Amino acid sequence: MFKKTLASTVGAVLLLGMTACGSSDDAGGAAGGSTSGGGDDAITMGFAQVGAESGWRTANTASIQASAEEAGVELQFSDAQQKQANQIQALRSYIQQQVDVIAFSPVVETGWDTVLQEAKRAGIPVILTDRSIDSPDDTLYATFLGSDFVAEGEKAGEWLVEDSAGADQVNVVELQGTTGAAPAIDRKEGFESAIAGADNIEVVASQTGDFTRSGGRQVMEAFLQSQPDIDVVYAHNDDMGLGAIEAIEAAGMVPGEDIKIITVDAVKDGMQALADGKISFIVECNPLLGDQLMELADQVVAGEEVPKRVVVEETTFTQEEAAAALPDRQY
Amino acid sequence: MSAQQLAAEERGPGLVARATGSRLLWPVLALVALLVLNTAVNPGFLSVEVRGDRLYGSLVDILKNGAPVLLVAVGMTLVIATRGIDLSVGAVVAIAGAVACTSVATAPDPSSPSAAVVGMSTALAVCVLLGLWNGFLVSVVGIQPIIATLVLMTAGRGIAMLITDAQIITVNNPTLNAVGAGFVLLLPVPILISVGVLVAVALLTRRTALGLFVESVGINPEASRLAGLRSRTILWTVYVFSALCAGVAGLMIAANVNAADANNAGLWIELDAILAVVIGGTSLAGGRYSLAGTLVGAMVIQTLTTTVYSIGVPPEVSLVFKAVVVILVFLAQSPQARGLLVRRRRRPAAAGSPRGGGRRAPGDGAGSSGGTGSTPVREDAPQEHQEVGRA
Repeated sequence: MFKKTLASTVGAVLLLGMTACGSSDDAGGAAGGSTSGGGDDAITMGFAQVGAESGWRTANTASIQASAEEAGVELQFSDAQQKQANQIQALRSYIQQQVDVIAFSPVVETGWDTVLQEAKRAGIPVILTDRSIDSPDDTLYATFLGSDFVAEGEKAGEWLVEDSAGADQVNVVELQGTTGAAPAIDRKEGFESAIAGADNIEVVASQTGDFTRSGGRQVMEAFLQSQPDIDVVYAHNDDMGLGAIEAIEAAGMVPGEDIKIITVDAVKDGMQALADGKISFIVECNPLLGDQLMELADQVVAGEEVPKRVVVEETTFTQEEAAAALPDRQY
Repeated sequence: MSAQQLAAEERGPGLVARATGSRLLWPVLALVALLVLNTAVNPGFLSVEVRGDRLYGSLVDILKNGAPVLLVAVGMTLVIATRGIDLSVGAVVAIAGAVACTSVATAPDPSSPSAAVVGMSTALAVCVLLGLWNGFLVSVVGIQPIIATLVLMTAGRGIAMLITDAQIITVNNPTLNAVGAGFVLLLPVPILISVGVLVAVALLTRRTALGLFVESVGINPEASRLAGLRSRTILWTVYVFSALCAGVAGLMIAANVNAADANNAGLWIELDAILAVVIGGTSLAGGRYSLAGTLVGAMVIQTLTTTVYSIGVPPEVSLVFKAVVVILVFLAQSPQARGLLVRRRRRPAAAGSPRGGGRRAPGDGAGSSGGTGSTPVREDAPQEHQEVGRA
């Protein structure tokens, strides 16, 4: 009896949750649809963001919103809170609203074929931003605008190889991003390929910290206990690196001296830690792709040919460069 | 007086008999097994040393990182004992962190103790309000708890995002940090707080008749009310208490990383807390509850997480690893599943197809934990109520 009640309530809960999300999307869509119906030349873009899981992501969101306003693009924005189901739902609602172009950062790499087929059938071009998808059918999207995560991992690995030249044995622990996410897979792959030639560097442990500070801290605490000798932390984003700093300090060691930290992203808190000497090296992953995205959207909607892959311009930072760059940093 | 005697009786016979007959046996064994596994892979796992003002070791980390779940689970235990459930605790955790960190970050002197005190008090006051809201929906409006608290679960994270403007708010305040990562008398502050609350709740509910009141509301609110209990007040109180626990847990989580992350702080902690309560042998059908069980349950969950990290379970399979351990614990706890296993060993042919048996077993387990948890109490219930009514 109780089980039945529980099952039906859980069912009701899920249903309620879905309709709640759906209705809020629909409400936004209805409002957006009516306004976009007025001006025919304005592009309506549906953008499905991953979430606001890190400082990088919020800077990315801000850039897209600002650029859309500047370019006069009607932006329908949704936040998937890191869940693929939410994102698919958002994409479907954009298809129903018949927006001019859909852009989104996929939460994970796989499982997009069905919904992208629906978009294709509806004649709505799709631009992937920041993260790509893993699908045999590359006609599902018009173009992919984003960083080259493999290159980011390679840059991190190359710096480590150079920095540890002549050292006997360098033990690296890796804080991976969300399991299955493209940046996590590619940054791991790029890093591994860059250090493959260096016999003195070894990745002794690798776990996911879910791109969050809490995750980074907890995993690093466990590593500090289970790995007797850690020389370098390679974190797939700044936030996990910042969490690792807390863990290393709590263990009575000095981050940057006893244990070197390499991260990817270069958000403000990370750059501050780099300038303070707690992080040793940051590979930039530029979130300010709003302008490029609006430009591409214009071209795609106009039916122009665009390259299948557009890379965002990026650099790297050492401690000195961070101190110099920090005052003008936008995010 | 009579209620106290009953409470003493309910605690039952001698320690040994209780230990072997207890459903706590299996979670405790699971905890021990996890610790053994860790020690086998990493011989230094159990070692604890003094570093400066603190103890340092894996066990200390487990206690520290498990403290928020434990605290939320203590609040959840009382809610579940009233036949309710509080799904909103994760959102409350996020709101507490968001309010505290935003308040500290905007204070005139962000690193001063006073800024931290103001921030934390504001956060806890907000949490009490949220608890009052949940309690109001459940006890006054009469909405089913799972639906009533779902309102805040879905809306709460949005509120937290509004407060932080969807940014991660970084703070640098030693006083706030101490709540999540500080040490007093060599022990982590978070676990001291959580265990302190656990002990206080245990004393308050088991040394007075309060625990019986909570249980009787869980068994039959209407009968309790007719027997002279203020069911509504008790219901309302447990939801406020649950939100308050979640608020303190939120402060711990935010303080541990010196940042409020509205998106991820306390994500799914409601499920961990419910799991901790259930592993501890408290029935979701309400009535009898076990705080000691909740303590063990919370520690099993955190040890499991730490185990995944330290023995190097690949991230791709870590969720499966956790699921298998939890299912094993539940199967071991269920008398039906154990009975099924024993019977099949004796008469393999008569036990039916293994697939069918295996599929049926978890369901039976859930049913049994409901049945054994509530049925005996239900039998006592009229008597209890009479006693309470007379007293």
